[in-house]
Amino acid sequence: MENKVTREIFPRDARKSYGLVELMKGSNPIVKKEPEDTVYTWPNLIMIELICALLVTAGLIILVQFVHAPLRSLADPSTTPNPMRAPWYFLGLQELLVYFDPWYAGVVLPGMIIVGLMTFPYVDTNPKGVGYYTFSERKFAIFNYSFGFALWWVTIVIGTYLRGLDWQWYWPWSDHLVHMNPALVTLVPLHIVFVNLLHVSKDVGKALCDLLFFAYFAVGMAIPYFLMRKFYDAMGGARYVVFMIFFLSMMGVGLKIVLRLLFNIKYIVVTPWINV
Amino acid sequence: MLENLKEKLTKSQVFRSIFRHGFPDNDMNRAYVVFSNVFLHVHPVKVRRSALRMRYTFCLGGITLFLFIMLSVTGIWLMFYYTPYTGLAYNNIQDLQFVIFGGNLMRDLHRFAAHGMVLFVWLHMTRVFLTGAYKAPREFNWVVGVLLLVMTLILSWTGYLLPWDQLAYWAVTVGTKMASYTPFIGQNGPWGAQLGFLPTNDIMFMLIGGTVVGQNALIRFYVLHCVVLPLFVTIALAVHFWRIRKDGFSGPL
Repeated sequence: MENKVTREIFPRDARKSYGLVELMKGSNPIVKKEPEDTVYTWPNLIMIELICALLVTAGLIILVQFVHAPLRSLADPSTTPNPMRAPWYFLGLQELLVYFDPWYAGVVLPGMIIVGLMTFPYVDTNPKGVGYYTFSERKFAIFNYSFGFALWWVTIVIGTYLRGLDWQWYWPWSDHLVHMNPALVTLVPLHIVFVNLLHVSKDVGKALCDLLFFAYFAVGMAIPYFLMRKFYDAMGGARYVVFMIFFLSMMGVGLKIVLRLLFNIKYIVVTPWINV
Repeated sequence: MLENLKEKLTKSQVFRSIFRHGFPDNDMNRAYVVFSNVFLHVHPVKVRRSALRMRYTFCLGGITLFLFIMLSVTGIWLMFYYTPYTGLAYNNIQDLQFVIFGGNLMRDLHRFAAHGMVLFVWLHMTRVFLTGAYKAPREFNWVVGVLLLVMTLILSWTGYLLPWDQLAYWAVTVGTKMASYTPFIGQNGPWGAQLGFLPTNDIMFMLIGGTVVGQNALIRFYVLHCVVLPLFVTIALAVHFWRIRKDGFSGPL
């Protein structure tokens, strides 16, 4: 069987006739196939798996000699622990409750995270970087993944180490037994800031906020469409819209966290039904 | 003499009826052992030498599967000592801790293997992302993987309630309270009350079988944790592995 590989390995000489036979180290003959670099699954792969399983088992058995599964006092509906912490993998969501109302932080955002993760292979049109580790060929994709999970892990660390009584911010050196005075921080919706700053009426302030909110998504949608045409063309309309909705929402979460922590902004948009 | 015995054993009718081939000490039997065994046939008979490279997969998916198996084994063991009844659950866990031989070890292993599984699912996902292994033609397997991640988290969280201690009770109280904020179908969510949802008929009521976490919630979480979710995870895992074989391994070839 002759193909590109064999032609490279055995350059033909027109003056000679050939029978392509190669001697290789191995235990069985291969006919009509190029020399290949395969090994039997048993024992080569099976042994790796077995060793892996044994190491994990040993590691766990050693670990549980030092740390134990916790057991607090019997469940008591009349005594609420303070602070009340979710399991660590949900602390990110619990921390988001500081920045968003429960319907958004507890229901809509988790749903968006799950659906957003599922869309990855359908919106990532970059054909490069399959089967090997690379950063330079997929900078934007890796940036997005890292940003999302940085948010996830940072909020877990905040929830674990920097939150104390009443879910207030406690530095490691703060006294964790004394309640923080919640009156020290006054949270305001953004339109009140506009009212105070620009001396406009409440309704105008609210209208400004709504405008800002929609401008964020509209401008965010428009920038790559007009200025980064290659990016848009590579994706096509449907992929672009799906990706940008998730991308802008994710960036929005980061933005809201910053606004809340640095400027004590509680809501951007206030409506009679929902606040964001 | 030992050779003789081995010969006799592998040629016997009983041995041949079970294994159909001799010891895998030659290439033919090495092939047979993989494709005639229901557990091993998830693997191809031969793999590329480069596919064995540890620094590509770091065995993360395999470790996750192994932790799931370990959780099943320790979990079934724990089920022998556990009653999903609010009046007994906490006592059962204390018995495991102080009375039953090996109770502590099994409970600790179950707990930390569960933490480990969440961690390794995430690490595996990160590896798959960084090597671009989710790209065509493997898109759908990534989706199955995300479902597995979600089910792992829910498995972990439903198990959290079972010890019926303060940690369990309040973590689940807060978590299920979230459900009542679901838009449209939760009594506290936007447009929930307007659509007629009350504490006694909304999505949270359905989830915990009452208005507060109690006996109904415990039995629901118990059944979800021990039967429903492990079953779904097993089915999703079968699809996940099947698709790796059908769509091909992404690694260096």
